[in-house]
Amino acid sequence: MAIVKQKMLALNGDEAVAYAAKQSDVDVVAAYPITPQTIIVERFSEYVANGEVDTEFVCVESEHSALTACLTAATTGARAFTATASAGLALMHEILYVTSGCRAPVVMAVVNRALSAPINIHCDHSDTMVERDCGWIQIYAENSQETYDSIIQAFKIGENPELLLPVMVGLDGFTLSHTLENVQTLPDDAVKKFVGTRQFPLVTTHEGKTVPFKLDPKTPSTIGPLDLYDYYFEHKRQQEEAMGIAPKVIRQVHEKYAKISGRSYGDGLIEPYYLEDAETAIVCLGSTSGTVKTIVNELRSKGMKVGLLRLRTFRPLPVKEITKALENVKAVAVMDRSLSFGGHGGAVFHEIRHILYDTSTHPYVVNYIYGLGGRDTHPNLIHKIYGDLQRILETQRIKEKVQFIGLRE
Amino acid sequence: MFSEWKFTAKDIAEKPDLFMSGHRACAGCAPATVLRLIMKALRGPTIVTFATGCMEVASTIYPYTSWKIPFIHTAFENAAANASGIETALKVLKKKGRIPQEQVDVIAFAGDGGTYDIGIQALSGAVERGHDFLYVLYDNEAYMNTGIQRSGGTPHGASTTTSPAGTVIPGKLEYKKPIADIMVAHDIPYAATAAPHYWRDLITKARKGIEVNGPAFLHVFAPCPRGWRSDISRSIEISRLAVETCIFPLWEAINGEYQLSASSKAIALKPERKKPVREYLQLQGRFRHLFTPKFEKIIDEIQHITDERWQRLLKKCGIA
Repeated sequence: MAIVKQKMLALNGDEAVAYAAKQSDVDVVAAYPITPQTIIVERFSEYVANGEVDTEFVCVESEHSALTACLTAATTGARAFTATASAGLALMHEILYVTSGCRAPVVMAVVNRALSAPINIHCDHSDTMVERDCGWIQIYAENSQETYDSIIQAFKIGENPELLLPVMVGLDGFTLSHTLENVQTLPDDAVKKFVGTRQFPLVTTHEGKTVPFKLDPKTPSTIGPLDLYDYYFEHKRQQEEAMGIAPKVIRQVHEKYAKISGRSYGDGLIEPYYLEDAETAIVCLGSTSGTVKTIVNELRSKGMKVGLLRLRTFRPLPVKEITKALENVKAVAVMDRSLSFGGHGGAVFHEIRHILYDTSTHPYVVNYIYGLGGRDTHPNLIHKIYGDLQRILETQRIKEKVQFIGLRE
Repeated sequence: MFSEWKFTAKDIAEKPDLFMSGHRACAGCAPATVLRLIMKALRGPTIVTFATGCMEVASTIYPYTSWKIPFIHTAFENAAANASGIETALKVLKKKGRIPQEQVDVIAFAGDGGTYDIGIQALSGAVERGHDFLYVLYDNEAYMNTGIQRSGGTPHGASTTTSPAGTVIPGKLEYKKPIADIMVAHDIPYAATAAPHYWRDLITKARKGIEVNGPAFLHVFAPCPRGWRSDISRSIEISRLAVETCIFPLWEAINGEYQLSASSKAIALKPERKKPVREYLQLQGRFRHLFTPKFEKIIDEIQHITDERWQRLLKKCGIA
């Protein structure tokens, strides 16, 4: 497969999401406006109003109903998409679990934003990090280009009959959602061909009949039953098994997409940056990695052995890949743009530290909580973190395992 | 607007059941009767969705199901949003030629908790958007699935586990929310009330709700012996008394035009047929405390509000 000719468009992250959804032959979009994702809904309704898509757009009365309608549309056989942010995602919380439990491969863009109170519309990852256990695949984009690419890939990943898992693609509020960028876009037909049409795995009904897994009057089945202690546990285990297969599917889809677009992001799971010989490294996700890369370039030019590990896929957690990428690093700083109150550090820190416990090298691992509520992530902060890591190596001592950075103390 | 569908008792008896026996509803459960009767009203392929509640729990204990047609349950507060998603998916998949070009009807069921209280936002939104579906409220007047807690549909004076009749407070202090009128106020094309003892009327109204283009709302009275502390053999009798006392009058509103259904119309024409609420209340343990000197005045209050609401309904129907 050859790389197709592409069109460069000036799009902000929200518009890139809407454009990707427009090209992905989506059947149903049910959404509710909530800043900073509102532009996604606005652009998409323009496509509908101008007859540019044959998607049915349902402008629902809440985020709870937005995800519910996507869930039941997906179980009826439709490709369903929605978008949300912050409080909206929190309101969907209950249905996030129901969606993954019903194995409905809904795709959702989440424009990452702080949670109330106090109310704040700007970027951090509190909204999606708190949902990391809800059975959705989580992909975090670094820029608008990747946001566009990831939304298209998300349909192909989630709808894989082996998975049937919902996928959320996170993009940083305002930093990505409202910032204009040059985005290379594939031709409509190339995207349509790439995503294909939905396939339905066969399941056995209570009557012992083999039927496609969807609501169809010709092959009736009951979805979302009461499931007690005699079967619930096995069904949850099945979800986890699908999560276990997901890294392979994410890598394959990412690779296939790279062949037509010419763009790739590490292996689709993680993106190591100058890690081969790095002595110190930062681990982060989202748009901050762009800033970190700039600093890495700067420090590398001065001969310092620094690197970055960007997590693109946070759920499922690519344990093997992370282990391999970090096992030779001597000191690691994990940057968390969310806080697990009283939990000794942020969610990414918890994961990285527990993965590294199993390495024979046992690198130092420290945590920096940064950028809550949209606080600017200045390059100086990244300099300071690399400086701290250097000092840890020199003194062979961690002064503070978890610290806050870029705020008044 | 509606087909000329006519049926006899024999037709209904011979029509195969789509809500099957073997479910785990309690003895005397009127909601189970309501579901079975409504399934007799279907005109063709149909998808059913449910809010969390007793009938969902009793009919779909994995790996069993009582449903012969596609069924989905997702959560408590979103039956109408479930229907929105299903109806929209059917529309677009048909448009794109991915499913057969046949009519598939959508019915959402929810209890009083899932409708009056936690589900009203999704219901109001779905009706405002005009989705083509029938919403059936089976009203057993409390959260029976979780152990008889009061809802917006629980009547004045009823004792529930969260509005218990004590030594000072005589059960629920508030009045039943006029939910069907609220739905009519949405400019819904079809809204009606029905009760299981009058099965022909119930089936006819369900069929109308299915046939009408756009949203339809059917409020079905559904006695619950467990929650109402009534004899399991008297659910149908209690249903009849609710209509005869005008506690639960039967009517339909087609494009906002109210009209009384036969059994309530008969009372409107011959008011002497209207029975005192006492006859209805005395069959139910949830009102037992009202038949004591201390709380007896509550019965008068119930009679008063019943009469007042009945008069208002008569006005809406152009009678009186």
